[in-house]
Amino acid sequence: MPAISTSSLPDIVFMLLFFFMVTTSMRTTENKVIVKLPEASEIAKLERKDLASYINIGPPTLQLQAQYGTDARIQLNDSFKTVDDIRDFIAAERDAMSESDRQFMTVSIKADEDVRMGIITDVKQELRRCSALKIMYTARKAE
Amino acid sequence: MARKTPEINSSSTADIAFLLLLYFLMTSTMNQDSGLQRRLPPMPDKNQKVEDQKVNRRNIITVKINSQDLLFAGNEPTDVRFLKDKIKEFLTNPTDNPSLPEKQEIDIEGFGKCMVSKGVISLQNDKGTSYKAYIQVQNELVKAVNEIRDEFAMAHYGKVYASLPEEKQQIVRKAVPQNISEAEPKDVGGSKR
Repeated sequence: MPAISTSSLPDIVFMLLFFFMVTTSMRTTENKVIVKLPEASEIAKLERKDLASYINIGPPTLQLQAQYGTDARIQLNDSFKTVDDIRDFIAAERDAMSESDRQFMTVSIKADEDVRMGIITDVKQELRRCSALKIMYTARKAE
Repeated sequence: MARKTPEINSSSTADIAFLLLLYFLMTSTMNQDSGLQRRLPPMPDKNQKVEDQKVNRRNIITVKINSQDLLFAGNEPTDVRFLKDKIKEFLTNPTDNPSLPEKQEIDIEGFGKCMVSKGVISLQNDKGTSYKAYIQVQNELVKAVNEIRDEFAMAHYGKVYASLPEEKQQIVRKAVPQNISEAEPKDVGGSKR
């Protein structure tokens, strides 16, 4: 009985490899806040991931707590920011999108479940002022 | 002068490719972004006079969460577990109770005339409310609306809302609107500052 030809095996594996390389997006920003997402059962998937901007809100990670304390903070891109910086952030995100896509921009709020609503309300008000009205409260699927 | 070049042994390319594949599998996170999608109301124009929108009192249910994460729906304390049924009763008004929202006959394209509730849910929270409680309440509100949509879809199309084609989902969305208003920030009280 002839041995099964394995010469095409690398090709198959390479195909798989390319599939994963294309579909996955490398994490570009490092999380500086701890975010434990709240649970919800009625969640909907985000349709267009490339049109989403992320606002992370939560207490700083353990290594950064010595420097920044444990109060909840806002992280935009790669650094801690205040509510006032959201305007510039949204403007920058808008500029990066093509004109036709701008109306579909979604701001995804990733906030820790123990964060107080005060900070979230401030963020929401600022977003309204920038007319970034499509938002999403990111949540985990409840088991 | 044809020199016979020995063929490169390629039996290990598969292994190399596998290693690469495993590396990408491990490092990549297939994080699916999902959550509760909302539309914020636009900021009122400064030049525009604030008109008091006269909404009939019976058409509004106020859901408040205070800083101790206690819940009030329509001025009486409740629990998150009972909120969904309360909202469903509010939105459907099965007995045409005069203290629950009125209904309006609306002509929906592709469906015909249909009684649509004019009820609006107004959600208010305090600065000290925890995000977890807020999301829980939001979730219950969405759940109530989704269940009414499912019932509507079941009654008219014999299928649940999610398995309907897009144009029928649109009809259902018009017949059962999701009117959740997140009010201007206001302190509900009980906050320690």
